[in-house]
Amino acid sequence: MADAAISGHDHERPGFFTRWFMSTNHKDIGILYIFTAGVVGLISVIFTVYMRMELMEPGVQYMCTEGARLTAAAAGECSPDGQMWNVMITGHGVLMMFFVVIPALFGGFGNYFMPLMIGAPDMAFPRLNNLSYWLYVAGTSLAFCSVFVDGGAGTGWTFYPPLSAQNVATSRAVDFAIFAVHVSGASSILGSINIITTFLNMRAPGMTLHKVPLFAWSIFVTAWLLLLSLPVLAGAITMLLTDRNFDTTFFNPAGGGDPILYQHIFWFFGHPEVYIVVLPAFGVISHVVSTFSKKPIFGYLPMVYALVAIGGLGFVVWAHHMYTVGMTLTQQAYFMVATMVIAVPTGIKIFSWIATMWQGSITFATPMLFAIGFIFLFTFGGVTGIVLSQAGVDRAYHDTYYVVAHFHYVMSLGAVFGIFAAVYYWFTKMSGRAYPEWAGKLHFWAFFIGANLTFFPQHFLGRQGMPRRYIDYPDAFALWNYVSSIGAFISFASFLFFIGLIFYSLFYGRKVTEPAYWGEHADTLEWTLPNPPPEHTFEELPTREMWDRNPHH
Amino acid sequence: MAHVKNHDYHILPPSIYPFLGAIGGFTMLFGAVQWMHAQGPWLFLIGFAAVLYVMYGWWAEVVTESSQGDHTPVVRIGLRYGFIMFVMSEVMFFVAWFWAFFKHAIYPMSGYEGSTYVQPEIYHVDAFHLPLMNTLVLLLSGAAVTWAHHALVHNEPRKDVELGLIIAVVLGLCFTGLQAYEYYELIVHHDWVFGEDKFYSTFFMATGFHGFHVIIGTIFLFVCYLRVRSGHFTAERHVGFEAAAWYWHFVDVVWLFLFAAVYIWGS
Repeated sequence: MADAAISGHDHERPGFFTRWFMSTNHKDIGILYIFTAGVVGLISVIFTVYMRMELMEPGVQYMCTEGARLTAAAAGECSPDGQMWNVMITGHGVLMMFFVVIPALFGGFGNYFMPLMIGAPDMAFPRLNNLSYWLYVAGTSLAFCSVFVDGGAGTGWTFYPPLSAQNVATSRAVDFAIFAVHVSGASSILGSINIITTFLNMRAPGMTLHKVPLFAWSIFVTAWLLLLSLPVLAGAITMLLTDRNFDTTFFNPAGGGDPILYQHIFWFFGHPEVYIVVLPAFGVISHVVSTFSKKPIFGYLPMVYALVAIGGLGFVVWAHHMYTVGMTLTQQAYFMVATMVIAVPTGIKIFSWIATMWQGSITFATPMLFAIGFIFLFTFGGVTGIVLSQAGVDRAYHDTYYVVAHFHYVMSLGAVFGIFAAVYYWFTKMSGRAYPEWAGKLHFWAFFIGANLTFFPQHFLGRQGMPRRYIDYPDAFALWNYVSSIGAFISFASFLFFIGLIFYSLFYGRKVTEPAYWGEHADTLEWTLPNPPPEHTFEELPTREMWDRNPHH
Repeated sequence: MAHVKNHDYHILPPSIYPFLGAIGGFTMLFGAVQWMHAQGPWLFLIGFAAVLYVMYGWWAEVVTESSQGDHTPVVRIGLRYGFIMFVMSEVMFFVAWFWAFFKHAIYPMSGYEGSTYVQPEIYHVDAFHLPLMNTLVLLLSGAAVTWAHHALVHNEPRKDVELGLIIAVVLGLCFTGLQAYEYYELIVHHDWVFGEDKFYSTFFMATGFHGFHVIIGTIFLFVCYLRVRSGHFTAERHVGFEAAAWYWHFVDVVWLFLFAAVYIWGS
């Protein structure tokens, strides 16, 4: 991705090590984030493919205590290795939540495009930005330790005690997982400080808060959620660490501690976390929908305040993750109502996207396909969310595959569709080369069909009563598990195809020099820059005419 | 840089410190896990040393940049924003400890049906003896910082700024010493233990994390003292001093909450 030639200036290009290991450049760090998230994502996806292989048929064929197998026909007896299963579940959850989706959307695209959109020459603290990235790598390394050392951590991504207590999980693996989350938290907190400061302090002259593009807004709100929720999680897992290693009894009933306390503090972080995952995707979708409908976004201000409202409400609904722990009726009623209130700002967003498309002249380019896919699937996941928000109904659905289907619809099909929309939307901007449109569309349809085939049948399994997090199941659940596994394999194939497509386009894609290659309705500031942008952008701060061509009100 | 930048923001040259810091952090935490599982502290100590080295080198670089005039007014505003947000995240960290404390105090497990837990007899700390002393020590220290700050912004003799900071640092050390003395008394003479009961767990971890922050704040103030002596600060430009003062007041306020909740209300 050569940028020196385009900038038109005669300056020395930094060497490989200097550019990628010592970077203070938000665009390079953004690319590092996206690339690393892609690699970790692939590993995490491989975990799931292995899990879906195991779940494809009743009985245990692959995860044996005699050793993991890749073919069911492998010789010999197979006694189920539940620990291996649990480690896979945990590894998949921890990696996806902390080390794939946040780094890709918030760390990657947020880093690259938020400063460009507001006309800032770089982030407020460029060196700190790089520390965020390398701490993310350090955290990922610790997370891999938690998977591969001493048989791995099998607690689930939430690390609930007593599953994670010292007398149950004696090995080093859970401690590695705890530190992995600590480090990833530190990385995200530093990143958030950077993003908030950049957003507040470095907007282009004349760009008031009510004129900032929606993606930048979404990253800003996300940063607040991270800043205020992650330290609380850090406290909870520190208690867990001292419970495990230094005889404290925060969560140990023998010393008057309470495991439910952990769940409360964890989900005080955990619920904002799910908005942290999806809000940046909201931002991306707004831009994509507006660009390809050839209309300004409908209801810009309500869209901004819906983001803020979702962020705020995200902090006061945490206990709907734990209806079954024995809360009082009053508590359950509160959390139920508060949860349902979130449907209001979310509805504002969904309807505003639809209204943006309404009477637009829509082009179904790949990013737009992913955006429409996002809106459809996120709405679907949101509707099952309303179902699950009912404390009474949740009695039946708690810890079943219905829940698995729900949160994969909003995250695997929501946030991940957002990531892909962003990749296709901005790929040419970042690399200077176009991807083959037919290949993008093929990827979309394969992934759309595969992912739906994976997760839609899981609603049925949940309603049949199949619990989450088990390596095996009775024959009654065989049909839809089989279908779900087929879907997972199709999704995996589409992901491999995507990786091939990206590398092909990086090296052999058609070069594109038109800055606003999606047309005049892509009118934020990044579209005024060459593809790819020069090493240093906006050395001359942008003037108002460059970004305020389409006043919304 | 061959470019000419035409704005007041701070564009930095590449730096090795973030990469080194992350390697140090990884080594330190990997070593911490090894240490907790009885494999010796060496890896932890090596990583810790690397982290300290990076902190020193990095912040020394920031001070150098400041003296070269890289910190324009708009950059200084950004530094302040950044530090305020760091303090906010610290506040949220303490929220978790207070949450645990209040939960255990208001809804003890002994109140649950079927629970066999009985809280052991715990020696009662009189909030209005040593803890009250400590409160006064910390508040006085905060007052001394404010005095130094006023002396700085009103261009009074540098000696006043130095004296204010030294008093603050010494009082901070007194606080840490008194807190250590309290721990010692409780553990050695009054049968308190670290852990084994939720009361001890919350007490020692909450006050312990506060004490740890006091130590950090004291070092921060001492660095400011050294920087005042080297003439780094002027009446208009002293972001580092302000940050230290904010941090110190944050530590103060957390203590007031601890004093009110854990020491007075909790007993």
